[in-house]
Amino acid sequence: MAKYTVNVNRRRYEVEAEPDVPLLWILRDYLGLKGTKFGCGIAACGACTIHLNGNPVRSCQLRISAIPKNSEITTIEGVGATVLHPVQQAWIELQVPQCGYCQSGQIMSAVALLEKTPDPTDKDIDSALAGNLCRCGTYDRIRKAIHLAAGELKN
Amino acid sequence: MHSTDNTLFKPGRRDFIRKSGLATLGLVIGIDSTARAFNITRLTESVTPFEVSPFILIDVHNNITIVNPRNDMGQGTIHSVPAMIAEELEVTLDQVTIIQSDGKAKYGPQTSGGSSSIRTLWLPLRKAGAATKEMLINAAARRWDVPAQACYASGGKVFKKDSDVSLTYGQLAEEASRLEVPREPALKQRTDFRIIGKDLKRKEIPARVTGKAVYGIDVEVPGMVYAAILHSPMIFGKVVTIDDSDTLKIPGVLRVIRSERKMIHCDTDSVAVIASNWWAASKGKNALKVQWDHAGLAEKLHTDTYFEQCHAQVKTEGINHHETGDFKRKFDSATSRLDVTYETPFLAHVPLEPENTTAHVRQDGSVEIWAPIQGPGETLPDVARYLNIAPEKIKIHPVLMGGSYGRKAYIDFVKEACFLSSKLNVPVKVLWTREDDITQGPYRPGMLSHMQGFIEDGKITGFHHHIIGESILRQVFKGLADNEADPWMGEALGEGNNKYRFKADKVSWTNVKTEIPIMWWRAVNASNLGWGQECFMDELAHLAGKDPLTARLELLEDERYIKVLKTLAEKSDYYTPSRQGTGKGIAIFRSFGTICACCITVSVRDKAITIDKAVSVVDCGIYVSGDTVKAQTEGNIVMGLSAAIKGGIVFKNGICQQSNYHNYHIMRMPEMPAVSVYVMENDEAPGGVGEPGLPPVAPALGNAIFAATGIRIRKLPLDLTMP
Ligand code: FES
Ligand code: FES
Repeated sequence: MAKYTVNVNRRRYEVEAEPDVPLLWILRDYLGLKGTKFGCGIAACGACTIHLNGNPVRSCQLRISAIPKNSEITTIEGVGATVLHPVQQAWIELQVPQCGYCQSGQIMSAVALLEKTPDPTDKDIDSALAGNLCRCGTYDRIRKAIHLAAGELKN
Repeated sequence: MHSTDNTLFKPGRRDFIRKSGLATLGLVIGIDSTARAFNITRLTESVTPFEVSPFILIDVHNNITIVNPRNDMGQGTIHSVPAMIAEELEVTLDQVTIIQSDGKAKYGPQTSGGSSSIRTLWLPLRKAGAATKEMLINAAARRWDVPAQACYASGGKVFKKDSDVSLTYGQLAEEASRLEVPREPALKQRTDFRIIGKDLKRKEIPARVTGKAVYGIDVEVPGMVYAAILHSPMIFGKVVTIDDSDTLKIPGVLRVIRSERKMIHCDTDSVAVIASNWWAASKGKNALKVQWDHAGLAEKLHTDTYFEQCHAQVKTEGINHHETGDFKRKFDSATSRLDVTYETPFLAHVPLEPENTTAHVRQDGSVEIWAPIQGPGETLPDVARYLNIAPEKIKIHPVLMGGSYGRKAYIDFVKEACFLSSKLNVPVKVLWTREDDITQGPYRPGMLSHMQGFIEDGKITGFHHHIIGESILRQVFKGLADNEADPWMGEALGEGNNKYRFKADKVSWTNVKTEIPIMWWRAVNASNLGWGQECFMDELAHLAGKDPLTARLELLEDERYIKVLKTLAEKSDYYTPSRQGTGKGIAIFRSFGTICACCITVSVRDKAITIDKAVSVVDCGIYVSGDTVKAQTEGNIVMGLSAAIKGGIVFKNGICQQSNYHNYHIMRMPEMPAVSVYVMENDEAPGGVGEPGLPPVAPALGNAIFAATGIRIRKLPLDLTMP
């Protein structure tokens, strides 16, 4: 066991854990931040997507000991914590979620995309979200919602 | 702490702990102000609520609670089922708290499945709402000493006509509860609906986009331990020896226990690792060295053998479901005929949320279960029998499912948690890995459709669907005799061949047995049979020299089918000739009381086929939420395409060859075509919505590929790269 300090959603947490525990399980089972989901454990589904210093990362692949010092981690709980993010608003407007289980990951990927590419094409969306599976099949609405959010962000 | 009860969502801001001071009135809803908008409130049971129907609870503070007896797996019943009550009760969805039924017998059947929720509850739940409203009006009429006709209900209040006098439902609740329950309350006219048929936004969506919605996997109860379970690599293997020395060295691992998995038709061995966190448990599981007895399983669990056996049955006659017009004799002498086979693979459900349950079997014999399940009402007595505990001692908290598609109607994982907690007497959370989910089944069965048909005078005259494969009724429920045709298969074809009027028409069945475990899957039988059925229609149309859509119209008499097909033709520009290298294919199928037709457009580029567009038209009769019908049909297009173009489940020598999303693929965003869905408007009785969109998708794709390339594909999954 070792002690780690992690900054999640602008809060500092001290965690005592084995060095190989993936951030996903630190978030869920140590910090009680359950919005980040487990779907595969092998970087194949995207349900566990979080931001590490603004970049979308699969938290199931990131060991606690491998997180660079002073990193800023953002989870779905940190997106739109006070006011809903335009991406979340667009998700509501177009009623994107079905079961909703994949949507934390989808939203984290979408938010990261729009930060780098404010006016994405369908192709940009395809490549940014290719790693996020949705078994319920909400892809078409996700695409439309990202365009809607992009429009809102511009105004 | 998350999820300690069954509340699904509740109205905003006005939530705080409330206790009724009036003992006789009974209903107390305690609401936690720490304000997760989801899953916090607890319905205190020590007092009797005012209830006319168990589905509606009203307290003196005008808190109105609706119980949803169909748990939500993404199909929208969390909205659409309570909506039917709210409509007749004359309350808005903003005014009510919705909680999930807990499996108790008073709620009746409680399984979400078979696309049945709206169909079966359409009248009972509306009547429950209407009866309650009538009693509240009667109570107000008495209070004001006016006839009931002089009062009306709106927005949770009863008003005296032509005045500004009103009383809230809460103010009337106690009095109303003593009145007679009307047996045949008047139901609202469709034109008066304010909720049904309107595209209201679903109340639970904000929780689903902020990470606040609580799924089974998110449940946490004090004192719980975590379990990861090692299942047999060959599903039915027996544990011979366990070496847990490496496992027990892992920090956090508490114990290793021999466990069991109760499938519906048999039991299997497993080994559980109990730990203080799930990551440690899963590491412990990987460090186990277990010797299994796999005698005989390598031959039994082998998909190639199964399909060979299916193909060997093509020559046999099969047992008739039905035959009209002397099909066989006419087919034998027909000059223009076709005789081919269509094949579908075994498929896994792979809901994004893996199977999980938290259970607490206490020393005093009481049991509490938190589980993402499709059927709490069926789980409760089943678990009672399993644990040999009285049903009254079991409390189920059904939690949202992160997808299911039939999988979480199968509660092997719930019983695993119960088993382990019964050994440990502390709450145990069982969480499967994706590998458990994919390698352990049960699966949609793979099937073979042997199709025969002939044409006479340029018209499709004879059609025979010979269904060959394993039956859920036989394998799982042991309910099919060898000399009996599987009635569920016959039903899936609509007691004929999908409403087409053939002069000679036949459906027959041959059972090929397998031990690869099978079960429900989204539109299980319809999705299997639709493939052969609707691709073969295309083949016969081409043989007759006709356009496939026109040929179908010639054979249909039912106006609803005809309208759906004509609408599809219009919405998909079907009759506009396709450019060179592109093609449109259509299919139509009725399942779960709903007709759905689909048109897919593909194009060929660089020796690969691209799926450009999918258009579906649905006739599900009267619907509660048009947007949900669209969403479900969009989802069915995606799941139907995954079933068509992604690899199936393959067993080789006892072992499932797929294990996670890297080798069991489903559609991803870049492969997603443009989709549009149109919903027919009519006054027909409600049909199903969760599944009927799926069966026509694969055949529409197969037919589109034929239109674009001239290549007829008869086996799924199909390969989009051309030879
Ligand atoms: S759980 Fe991390 S990508 Fe699937
Ligand atoms: S909404 Fe269910 S998996 Fe995406």
